[in-house]
This record gives sequence, C-alpha cells and structure tokens, in this order.
Amino acid sequence: MQTKNKKTKFRYVWNFPGFGGWTAIFFGFLYIPIFILVCYSFNSSKFAMIWTGFSFRWYAKLFSNDDIQTATINSFIVAFAAAPLATIIATFSALALVRGGEFRFREFSSGLITLPLMVPEIVTAVATLIFFASLGINLGLINVIIAHTVFCIPFAFMPIKAALEAMDPNLELAARDLYSDKTSTFKTITLPLLTPGILSGFMLAFVISIDDFIITLMVAGGGATTLPVYIYSMVKMGVSPEVNAVSSLMLAFSIFIVTLYWFFNRKINN
Amino acid sequence: MNIQGENKTQNRILSLLPLWIVIGIFMIGPLLVMAVVSLMESNVYGGVHFKFSLSGYRQILFDTNLFDEIEFNPAYLIIIARSFMLALAATFLSLLIGFPAAYFISRQSDRVKNILIFLVTIPFWTNLLIRTFAWIIILGKGGVIESSFNFFGLLDEESSLNLMYTNSAILIGLVYSYLPLMVLPIYASMEKMDLRLLEAATDLYSNRIELIRKIILPLSMPGIIGGSILVFVPCLGAFIAPDLLGGGKKLLLGSLIQFQFSYARNWPFGAAMAMFLLALVILVLIFNARLNRKHREYANQK
Repeated sequence: MQTKNKKTKFRYVWNFPGFGGWTAIFFGFLYIPIFILVCYSFNSSKFAMIWTGFSFRWYAKLFSNDDIQTATINSFIVAFAAAPLATIIATFSALALVRGGEFRFREFSSGLITLPLMVPEIVTAVATLIFFASLGINLGLINVIIAHTVFCIPFAFMPIKAALEAMDPNLELAARDLYSDKTSTFKTITLPLLTPGILSGFMLAFVISIDDFIITLMVAGGGATTLPVYIYSMVKMGVSPEVNAVSSLMLAFSIFIVTLYWFFNRKINN
Repeated sequence: MNIQGENKTQNRILSLLPLWIVIGIFMIGPLLVMAVVSLMESNVYGGVHFKFSLSGYRQILFDTNLFDEIEFNPAYLIIIARSFMLALAATFLSLLIGFPAAYFISRQSDRVKNILIFLVTIPFWTNLLIRTFAWIIILGKGGVIESSFNFFGLLDEESSLNLMYTNSAILIGLVYSYLPLMVLPIYASMEKMDLRLLEAATDLYSNRIELIRKIILPLSMPGIIGGSILVFVPCLGAFIAPDLLGGGKKLLLGSLIQFQFSYARNWPFGAAMAMFLLALVILVLIFNARLNRKHREYANQK
C-alpha cells in the first residue's frame, strides 16, 4: 500500500498540471497554419481567402504552368548537384576529423564546417552575390549550385560524423589483423558501415537545398529561378490558390524526405 | 589504436582539401570581398566606385542634406533598434511557449518522446517561406481570423482588423519560424536531468514553483541559453517575416540589407550593414562561448 502511494506521489512530482495542455497548444501553433494552407489549396474559388467548395482544380492547373515546371526542374538540378557534392566533401572531412586523431588543422577545419551555420543567411546571400558579381562569374545555375554546396556541407556532415563516432574501430583493426590492406579495409568495412550515415547526410542536404530561398533569391540571375524563388514572386503578387497548391506539394515533399530519414535512422539505431 | 597512427598527415590534408577549397573560396572569399566593398564609394549607377571611403558606414548614422552638410539621421538606427527589440521579444516568447512543451516532452516514454521530437523538427526542415506566407492566409484581410470574426458577427464585412503589416505580425512570424530551435536544446538538457532531485526536493517540502525555479530552470540553463542564441541570431537578420508580414513597411536589418541590393542598389551601404549584422552575431557567439565555459567550469568544480 505504501509503495503504491509513493509511486503515485513520484509521478505527481514530475508532472506539472497544465503542461500537457500547453504542449497541445504548442503543437497546434506549429501545425495549424500548415494545415490551413493545405486546406485552402483545395478551394475551388479563384480568391484564396473565400471558401466555395472542394476541388483539385489548382493542382491540375500547375501541370499546365510552364514557369512552375521550369522552376521545379531547376530546383531538382541544383539539389541533385549540390547535395552529392556537399555529401562527398562532408564524408572526407568527417573521416579526417573523426579518425584522424589530433592534428594541427583540426580545430580550424571543424570551424570551417560550422561557419555556414554561424553567418546569418542574409549576410551569406549578399556576400555571395557581391563575390560573383565582382568576379564577373555569371554561370546561371552553376552559381546557385556552388552557393548551395557551401551551406549544405554542415547539414551533410552532422549525420556522417555521428555514424563514424558510433562505429566500432575494432572492426577495422580486426580486418587489418587479418591481412586486409588499407584500401580494401576501407571498401569492405568502413564504407559499407558508413553508408547509412552518408545517405542520411545526403537526404538532409537535399532537403536544405530544395527549401533554400534567401540565398537563391540573391544569387540566382534570370533563368536560374528555383521553385521557392518563383513561389515568392507569386506571393508578392497576391496569395492565390495556385500558390497554395505548389506550396502544399513542396511541404509534402520535404516532409516525405525527412520522415524517410527518420525511419531510416531509427532502423540504424535499433 | 594503430589505425590512427597509420593515417598520415598527407592523408588528412588530402581529405580535408575539398572542404578548405570550397568553404575558403566560396564562403570566406565572399565575406572578404564584402568587407572590401563596404569600404568603397557607391556609384550612382548602382555599382561600386573603387575608392576608399567610409561613406557606407557613415550612412548608418548620418545623411548628407541638400547643402552638402552632414546631419544625423536616426532612420536606420530606428530599424536597428526595432530589429533588436523584435528579436528579443521573439526569443522571450519562444522561451515562454517552448519551455513547458520541452519539459512535457522530456517526461514522456521513449517511444512518445521520439515521435514528439520528430514532430518538433519537421517544421524546421520545411520551407520557411511557405510556412510564413501561411500566416498571410490567417492574418490577412478577409483571412481566417477576420472571416471567423465576421461569422460570429463581431466584425462587419467592410471593416478590417488590420492585423497584417504590423510589428505584432512580424513577431508572430519570427516566433513561428524559429520556435523549434528553442525547444530542441532545452529538451536535450532536460532529458539528462536526474529526476531523483525532484523527488528529494519534494520530500523536503518544496512546492512546484520552487521545483521549477530551483531545480528545473538551473539544470536546463545550458539548453535555455543555447536555444535563445539559436532563436535570437536568425531573428536579428530575418528577411522573410518582415518582408511578407511587415509588407516592406516595417523594415528590419535583414530586409534593409536585401533592399540595398535588390532596389536601392547602394552596395557599399548594404555591405556595411551586412558587416554590422555579422559583427553583432559574432559578439553574441563570443558571449555564448564565454557563458558555456563558465558553466563547464562551474560543473567541473562540483
């Protein structure tokens, strides 16, 4: 009887009244605006704010909008170029920083990786714009790809570093003991074990690249418009159900990739 | 541990070389060029005149009037002050909203905890622009709030609550944008907390308020500081929220800088403003590093 009393008392101690309800409001605040946006994308009315009925009309219209299609293709070209580049750079850096022991440029190199996270986005955007403009580098999408590669590196780096740190170095030592040379140890032990981490890094870098707006807005010249930049120009002309439809698709895509990443990581951790 | 010995310096440098090149040329390079441009004279045609001048920085505080006299101009100082106040307010509100939520999540079972934290991170990975403009549908003229007021007869069709293009609208946008960044570090420090401390304090007749004030708050301080920095820094340079919800009427530092490059075409002034913002952020980060070190020293002493 007494133990039971104690137990309920302890549970009582950890839990604060009202915190649960507060957390529900917190999640409501995070998700209700997204929910409303998606709802309004199914509105048949021409005016974004007035609900007249359910319809797929604006989604259908997207497929006949050439500008949106070009912007979408641009977004994918940039993400499929920048994310792999960032992932490769991040993988080599993680190998050197986690497995390289103590060496001279260690602190400096870790600092370089986190730099894109420290500098405010608008500053990076403006600085990159000035840089390309003053050097006269005007290669359209390639400018955008370079800028994206830079800020994707830290996001690709984090999961790869975590995977390397969680990996048992004894596995590699065992392989070396069994007369495997360095290259084949790397190929048969390190790389396969690291692949889930590398894939996670790639997914995060991909999402970050697809979603980026400010840096792309400043760096992209004409003809290099990505989807978020196009959405911005549409919003500036006024919210329309069509914007809601593209935006809902973009949200769904990001959430899909991140959910994939989450399940993937949970599997690794188990 | 022979593996580390085998890895020669040459290997390390080779594998770090791509990083050094890419970040060095395309991140540090642009920052240096920007620093140089901020010290140049602006060109009437919107470019840069290659002559050393402090006019970019001077323009933050002073203006030249019709008679070529330099006079004090508080316009930009007001923008800087507004950015500061809004960033501070957004940080404080995020803390107020996020702290109980982080605590509640940290006390759940592992399974529930993981799912809830995943739900907190999702908005961070989705497009900030889209999440912000969702608020136009809510706050805008004839939007969700106004039409529900209409429905209940609290507002007639013609009038508007004028929720958009205000400091409050920007504030809501900022809190909404960066709230997950407040919750995650606080949650991380609370998760590690020793619950026996709460039991012990209760046994010694502490009430709930004392539990929060004397145990939970001090133990989650590293998370609170980390989260506040993660919210404060991007708020200071925010562009999307002031642009979409402030309608370009209420400029903040971020939108002012963007404006200099897209419309005003005064590059040296824009670059000087960006340098100023960068300096502010570096100051905040140094302050943070100091606080962290103090905390660690304090923890080690114990």
